[in-house]
Amino acid sequence: MMDLINVSYDTQIPNNVGLSEDKKVLKALEKWHPGYINWWNDLIPQNFQESMVYLRTAVSVDPKGWAKFDYVKMPEYRWGVLLAPEVEGRTIPMGEHYGEPAWQEVPGEYRNMLKRLIVIQGDTEPGSVEQQRFLGLTAPSLYDMRNLFQVNVEEGRHLWAMVYLLQKYFGRDGREEADDLLVRSSGSDEAPRMLGAFNEETPDWLSFFMFTYFTDRDGKMQLESLAQSGFDPLSRTCRFMLTEEAHHMFVGETGVGRTIQATLEAMAKHGITDPYDVGKIRDLGVIDLPTIQKKLNLHYTLSLDLFGQEVSTNAANAFNYGIKGRYMEQRIDDDHKLQNDTYAVTSIKDGKIVTEDVPALTAINMRLRDDYVRDAAGGVGRWNKQIAKAGVNFELKLPHEGFHRQIGVFSSVAVDPDGNIISSDEWTKRQNEWLPTKADGDYIQSLMKPCFEPGQYASWIAAPKVGIDNKPGDFEYVKLHMA
Amino acid sequence: MTKIIDFRTDPSKYRHWRVEYDGPVANLFMDVDEDAGLFDGYQLKLNSYDLGVDIELADVVQRMRFEHPQVKVVVMQSAKDKVFCAGANIRMLGGAQHSHKVNFCKFTNETRNTFEAAESDSGQKYIAAVKGACAGGGYELALACNHIMLTDDSTSSVSLPEVPLLAVLPGTGGLTRVTDKRKVRRDRADIFCSTEEGVRGKRAQEWRLVDEVIANSKFDETVQTRAREFAADSAKADVTQGITLNPIDRTIAEDGSVSYELVEVALERSARRATITIKGPEEAAPADMDAFTAQGDAAYMLRLARQLDDAILHLRLNEMDAGLLVFRTQGDPESFAAHEALLMDNADHWLANEVLKYWKRILKRIDVTSRSMAALVEHGSCFTGILAEILFSVDRTYMMEDAFDGDNRPMATITLTGANFGPMPMSNDLTRLQTRFLGEPEAVDKAKAAIGEQLEAEEAEELGLVTMILDDIDWEDEIRIFMEERASFSPDAMTGMEANLRFAGPETMETRIFGRLTAWQNWIFNRPNAVGADGALQRYGTGKRGDYNMERV
Repeated sequence: MMDLINVSYDTQIPNNVGLSEDKKVLKALEKWHPGYINWWNDLIPQNFQESMVYLRTAVSVDPKGWAKFDYVKMPEYRWGVLLAPEVEGRTIPMGEHYGEPAWQEVPGEYRNMLKRLIVIQGDTEPGSVEQQRFLGLTAPSLYDMRNLFQVNVEEGRHLWAMVYLLQKYFGRDGREEADDLLVRSSGSDEAPRMLGAFNEETPDWLSFFMFTYFTDRDGKMQLESLAQSGFDPLSRTCRFMLTEEAHHMFVGETGVGRTIQATLEAMAKHGITDPYDVGKIRDLGVIDLPTIQKKLNLHYTLSLDLFGQEVSTNAANAFNYGIKGRYMEQRIDDDHKLQNDTYAVTSIKDGKIVTEDVPALTAINMRLRDDYVRDAAGGVGRWNKQIAKAGVNFELKLPHEGFHRQIGVFSSVAVDPDGNIISSDEWTKRQNEWLPTKADGDYIQSLMKPCFEPGQYASWIAAPKVGIDNKPGDFEYVKLHMA
Repeated sequence: MTKIIDFRTDPSKYRHWRVEYDGPVANLFMDVDEDAGLFDGYQLKLNSYDLGVDIELADVVQRMRFEHPQVKVVVMQSAKDKVFCAGANIRMLGGAQHSHKVNFCKFTNETRNTFEAAESDSGQKYIAAVKGACAGGGYELALACNHIMLTDDSTSSVSLPEVPLLAVLPGTGGLTRVTDKRKVRRDRADIFCSTEEGVRGKRAQEWRLVDEVIANSKFDETVQTRAREFAADSAKADVTQGITLNPIDRTIAEDGSVSYELVEVALERSARRATITIKGPEEAAPADMDAFTAQGDAAYMLRLARQLDDAILHLRLNEMDAGLLVFRTQGDPESFAAHEALLMDNADHWLANEVLKYWKRILKRIDVTSRSMAALVEHGSCFTGILAEILFSVDRTYMMEDAFDGDNRPMATITLTGANFGPMPMSNDLTRLQTRFLGEPEAVDKAKAAIGEQLEAEEAEELGLVTMILDDIDWEDEIRIFMEERASFSPDAMTGMEANLRFAGPETMETRIFGRLTAWQNWIFNRPNAVGADGALQRYGTGKRGDYNMERV
């Protein structure tokens, strides 16, 4: 019998989907594999490829003890295909097929929509690795470098997960889409990634932390809603990906938290109480809180754009067809069909921001975004507690949802962080108060000096409270290969 | 939808298009203002279009030929990121009355045909430079261009998603041009037309859906290079200066009658009838084409063309109940012949060519107008040459015979000219007389032998040019009875019958678009699977699927 809990290593590709017995898909994946390895090798700087990195590798999909930690060279990381265990008798949790048995094969009529959703999800995974490719060179510690690589290899595995679905269930089209996932590339003129936020640069580590906190959280919300899918293999794939995704947001939240901590400690040490005394604070080699707020503003709003149009036909279709659900669909107390319900959506009428009820089916994106905003507020609250505890009078805020938006109803107007519609002149005049300027970027860049001694940290970031896998403070998370 | 749709526009009023003129190349940008739809209730997102967008495009295409004859290549492109054009606006279609949908499609089809033919008619070649999504009507815009270039960014695609997504057809020539013009193999066309997401990159070229696929980083540059190359290879003569198309004056009376300087539209709503009277020229013909060019849009032949064109469009969209259009002319046949002769004798002059080609389009527009049409050749009329073509376009023609009591106008005559024997083909590529005499080609030769003669009723009947000649005694009654009878028939049956009888002879891509594709589309537009309360068009955007009756009809 196939062992569906423990990962099988009897093929080149670790998996719990019985790949060795599925010759057709195995062949397709093995054909895709060299292209993937080339992509990885061309991407990450060579000396890191040769380094031994203390990584966790998924060995099981059992929630207790699903991974093991060990040193591994990244190109030898066992990327694999792992699906959460099948739930006996699972039914479709929403839409017009509510209550019918979940699909184990792709229903022909939804083939294209499913494929498109999987391709878009798949496209984001390698996108972020590409954005972060040079960050290893300026890692503020071996601990952080290890976290970066952990995030990177897991995004790589998530790409594998999507590619597996494409190759297993979508025939020749699926294989072509899988190949194209390696053709598109972040920020490329030739063939950019599909979504805007994945073509932005991640120029420094604070951006990386903000990205993993805000943008990976969009990923989490998307995975949560795909985990509801009536297409069972997609649901199972996403459920397991969520296990890994949690770590990425941990990296983001603690990364920003530790940056704030270093700033607070430096301010306290030098008796600075005014958080706006930017010049003096920067002299201490830490990042001032107003600049952190600006970075937050940028990454939060880019991430809000990822939720698409507030009122969306595609999202409505995906829900109604049972392909993509809402966040925590099972816990929502309604009929899960939304045929006659409404949902409040913001829009612009006569130059004012108003809220209107629209058919709930069409407001699926808006609802997911609202859930996201609540979810994203948690970490911000914890950062503020840190700041309050240090006695500094400053509060980080999530800006208004209309601020700095490129997609959706707010893309046509300028809105300040407090939610007031302003003229484009005023926006031009004041945007530097709200978004990082080139000078801010240059300053942060000036702090990005590598710190590769075990247990040492760059000036601008505090040490973590606990180590990965409970390792001690001076643990050598990356054994650097110095060619 | 009671407001009057005005087809008259000019660049100062454009909301959706702009043109950058660069010597022999014009860059035409589609940049649809989503809040400037012709009607309320929808937003023109993602460069989707409604009739208002297409009215502007038709104006752009028209001005390109008259005002910018130096242009040899037009590059149609999107000014928006990530989308070329998403096609006709679905909410507009979902909300529109059937009659509006049909007229909208007809006008867009005519506009597509116009810029498609601009290369062979005027030496203006259209390139579609496709970046981003090019879906449905968007791809149909590209299909009507003479050359399609697609960027290879592994995202941009061309698609016809109407069938899987909306349960209707790509009805603006889409299905027809894929097989007839692009000559895509039919099994591939079958896949293409039933796949929502379409085809991108190299495969789009392999399947003949586009002419070129170009690396994204080199795309813009290659497009401009190609445009320059085409311009350099163009056989179009260099013209430095165009003429200006000034606004057309018209007044609309309370009863719906419309007056232009040279065209009078008398509307009798209770009789469901519009009578269109065309006035012959009062001034002498310009001495030569220089004089004609100096007159510009004030030259009679162009002035009349523009007014008549506007009148037909106005009646089609704004007077849906006028089921019978009656054409009359009044003027001096010899003087009209002189005006026409200047153009015919100088057909290689750019402006003469443009005016003649414009007449060709107007006559085609009359051919496909879904109204019963008749012409009355009365005393004092000037059905000569191009105007005589109207007689062969309409469904029936009545001519006055002999003198009428108390009528001192010159005797009714018809004069054939060279214009009736070649330069004004119908959509089936035959002349109207060839189509008329499909079973007796020798009748065309006989008619040709009568070129230049002022044919009175008996001669005209002898040559088969009119349906019926009537004298003073019968005229009034016969005409009245015909009109009353005609107005009493079912308009649907009339439209169907006339469309079938008008286009005898060979099929062309154009006849297939206006015949087969349009007829099927209009059938689908009436079926609940598309337009019922639970049909795909109504449900589009709600997240609920169209509820189809699965019975095959």
